[in-house]
Amino acid sequence: MTLLAEIGYFEPWWMQILKSIAIFFVVFNLVPIALIADRKVLGRFQHRYGPNRVGPFGALQPIADIGKLLFKEQFRPRTSNGWLFAIAPVISMVTAAATIAIIPFSDTVDIFGTKTGLYGVDPSIGILYAFAFGGIAFYGLMLGGWASGSKYSFLGSMRAAAQLISYEVAQGLSLLGVVMMVGSLSLVDIVNWQQTHFWMVGPQLVGFLIFMVAGFAETNRAPFDLAEADAELVGGYNTEYGGGRFAAFFAAEYLNVVVVSGLLATLFWGGWDIPFWDQPHWIEPIVVIVKMLAFVFFFIWVRATLPRLRYDQLMSFGWKILLPLATLNALVTAILVVVLD
Amino acid sequence: MPYDPGDVVEVIRGPRDNAAAGTYRAFAATLKGLKMTFGRMVEGPTTISYPEEKTPVYPRFRGRHKLHRFEDTGLEKCVGCSLCAAACPADCIRVVAAENTPENRVSAGERYAAVYEINLSRCIFCGYCEIACPFDAITMGHDYEMADYNRSDLIFTKEMLLAEPLERTPLRHADE
Repeated sequence: MTLLAEIGYFEPWWMQILKSIAIFFVVFNLVPIALIADRKVLGRFQHRYGPNRVGPFGALQPIADIGKLLFKEQFRPRTSNGWLFAIAPVISMVTAAATIAIIPFSDTVDIFGTKTGLYGVDPSIGILYAFAFGGIAFYGLMLGGWASGSKYSFLGSMRAAAQLISYEVAQGLSLLGVVMMVGSLSLVDIVNWQQTHFWMVGPQLVGFLIFMVAGFAETNRAPFDLAEADAELVGGYNTEYGGGRFAAFFAAEYLNVVVVSGLLATLFWGGWDIPFWDQPHWIEPIVVIVKMLAFVFFFIWVRATLPRLRYDQLMSFGWKILLPLATLNALVTAILVVVLD
Repeated sequence: MPYDPGDVVEVIRGPRDNAAAGTYRAFAATLKGLKMTFGRMVEGPTTISYPEEKTPVYPRFRGRHKLHRFEDTGLEKCVGCSLCAAACPADCIRVVAAENTPENRVSAGERYAAVYEINLSRCIFCGYCEIACPFDAITMGHDYEMADYNRSDLIFTKEMLLAEPLERTPLRHADE
């Protein structure tokens, strides 16, 4: 059997199953938190409470939302394209969930005598794995919009596709600086390097900003939520979806936000590291989750602040500003790495 | 006379930003916007969460009607003169008068209202009934929560209007 990529460290099979369930459980539970936080925090930004009817302080609102959607009738338009229509939300969901696997919550630790890495998997291609699944994720939106057989969905998915392609280039290039400084693509190596040296956000501030802005575009969040610009496109690629399939798209969007927050925390903000303190291992997953939630808050903050971009502004921003800036950042970093090494 | 700007129109414009200054200004404006929204969040919500908190009404607020009795004798003030029904622009008051007898004395006057109904689904809360009444027998109260499931439940009878209403609405004081 040929391995597609080298794996840094792997455990006995039963531990792999256990930890994948545990990691999926934890990260998947961040999705309803992001969902309720989106509505509550956005409410606070607009001088109102947000949902506060279901449960204490509206804390059970996501369950009510998802429950309502799941119990709705499954229907599809007569013009839609059978199984493609059904599989599109699955693709969105699976690719969003797959990226969780490489976010490291801690290095290898002892769990009842078994050495376990607190991450799904640590492939040597590391961050490329995330980009690969990001590339597939766009099929979810594209097929969803195209298979609906509706012009609004189609326009929305076209916008989403163009936007994802433009910003993926800049996002990939913005990471080159980090990869060159560390000399490894593995996220565990990157965090370990940050632990011994310094957080990447300092020397790679430009890379961080580009990655973050491109991350907003990748997750279709405000101010780059043109794919679902309600005012012009009704609802974008998911216009014709309802019930459980819409819930899958909806959850995938928030899962993407959580994943991008995790990548930002891992790549630029030191992952599980707390500076100037030799922290115990048990606190490290909590540190990562806190950093992720901080970025989720920032996503909501930006959504409350910035208006949606015009389509040509979006394109010229991606190609004329972010891409040259990312290239320049990679170039300067390369020169400095060679000169200072 | 049509507007004639002449041959040459000079428009004075400020100097245009170059790329660096434009980027800087866009960046600064974004940060300024973020600061602004964060400030709004710190201020906290201004929502009055209605069923739990209520905005107090002014003393002159015209809510649901009340019929009154004399406090000392307990007799009804309404003498069934139907002036309120005559003044009502929405035609929502129905009064049927009957004679007081020594055995059955209901009001202080010669006659009393045997039937007094206000159809609140028609009432426009103008307060003319209150003005028309020569004995201050009917006044407008402060209650505005009158939603019901049936239209027929919105026809308030004399007993309902005479009954001491639930104090569901906070009253605003003069200096508030």
